Amino acid sequence: MISATDAISRAHQEEWGRLVAMLARRFGDLDIAEESVAEAFAIAAERWPGGGVPPNPGGWLTTTANRKAIDRIRRESKRIDRQHEAQLMQDATEAEQAGAIEDERLRLIFTCCHPALAMEARVALTLRLIGGLSVAEIARAFLVSEVAMGQRITRAKAKIRAARIPYGVPTGEDLPRRVSGVLAVLFLIFNEGYLATSADADPIRSELTAEAIRLNRVLCSLMPDDGEAVGLLALMLLTESRRRARVSASGELVPLDQQDRGSWDAELIAEGHGLVRQCLASGAAPGRYQLLAAINAVHTSARDFRDTDWSQVVALYDQLARLDPSSIVALNRAIAVAEVDGPDVALATVDQLEEKLRDYHAFHATRAELLRRVGRSRDAREAYDKAVELAGNTAEVAYLTRRRDQLGERD
Amino acid sequence: MKYMVSVIDDRTASGTSDEMVAIDAFNERVVADGHWVLAGGLASPSASTVIDGRGEEPVFTDGPFLESKEHIAGFWIFEAPDLETALELAVDGSKACNRRVEVRPFL
Repeated sequence: MISATDAISRAHQEEWGRLVAMLARRFGDLDIAEESVAEAFAIAAERWPGGGVPPNPGGWLTTTANRKAIDRIRRESKRIDRQHEAQLMQDATEAEQAGAIEDERLRLIFTCCHPALAMEARVALTLRLIGGLSVAEIARAFLVSEVAMGQRITRAKAKIRAARIPYGVPTGEDLPRRVSGVLAVLFLIFNEGYLATSADADPIRSELTAEAIRLNRVLCSLMPDDGEAVGLLALMLLTESRRRARVSASGELVPLDQQDRGSWDAELIAEGHGLVRQCLASGAAPGRYQLLAAINAVHTSARDFRDTDWSQVVALYDQLARLDPSSIVALNRAIAVAEVDGPDVALATVDQLEEKLRDYHAFHATRAELLRRVGRSRDAREAYDKAVELAGNTAEVAYLTRRRDQLGERD
Repeated sequence: MKYMVSVIDDRTASGTSDEMVAIDAFNERVVADGHWVLAGGLASPSASTVIDGRGEEPVFTDGPFLESKEHIAGFWIFEAPDLETALELAVDGSKACNRRVEVRPFL
């Protein structure tokens, strides 16, 4: 028998987004939905430990949250009559039986990630309303005060209400664009966890990467035919699989060529590879996330850095560059080119990117490594200095500093 | 639900005849689709007058009330069921008048 605490945390993971979505649609109000669901969980935390876990926790929470929402509306408007009230309870039961709730969660995801909201508001709303993170947790993750984060979420909800941002899955030609907007939010949450940008944060914040993966799994279960949603999940899993190897015991970033591949998570790699194969088998032209996942699949297939199929990596970057001709893609492609054609060829490419990427720490870090390899120590030192100055992640700063200090005085 | 779509401009009376043709065509479509409430172009901000009628005697001041590089050169008011629809109309409106626009819901 599982404990009440475990039952509550499991229900929280499984039911939170579902309940908020269902109540939001029924009552047309995100505040009421969010507060009623929070209240239902608070009551569960109070009662389940003593009174026992109900046989159907999800159903119990649905009924309780629904009652609380009706209480709230009654207190606020006093206009709800008995008949309407009975109807609302009836709807709750029917919707659950019809399995229509999955779609409601998807609708809510599209509302939270609507392009009319600021990016930071989309991230906060998604974590709060779909992920069920508390305002305090989200505030901590993005290093702002709880008050400020609370206001950010309140403002976003107010805009959704006032501007009537629709609660629904977009249709037709809008859909792909809007899906990629949702994926961008999930990827941002993941990346902030994987390479925290702030000097005050832990270098890796697994609560954010785990939440991004969980939300991406939800999205994939709701839109199983969307190749890019699957691609992003594969990308996250294959990236996450290397987490333990990525920061040393002394808190320093460990680059790919020096990682202990034995400590990579084989289970995540197997799942990620399976998803990449699934995307390939669909025969559809791969999008950005699928290509990035494929690149990561090549890396995670190599038993040793030297065994990496670099020409395959370059070919995938070529494909990616056709979709996304950005300087960042060109920079990452150059890293692979260095392994195929040599560091001097890669350096020539990287140097051309300076104008666009001079404020990006990874540009200087990449350049520093290439300059080291071609023996230009003095230039490498300058490039490391620049990279250290611009990098925010503590583990990365530690690594770059050591690399710089290892350079000899010669040249 | 009504939305106001304001046309953002940094010059005055800068509309071209091509733009007028495109705006007319867009307006006809908006009417046909049942979204039309009202629309109009506005004279230059320098033609505005600020009024304070709260005191005993009304006070008139030469406008505009807010000096800025950009101003509202015209507007549409659309009837739309939600922001999604209003944004779609605004995208086409922005194309037709060849300027940036701002969408703001009515209370």
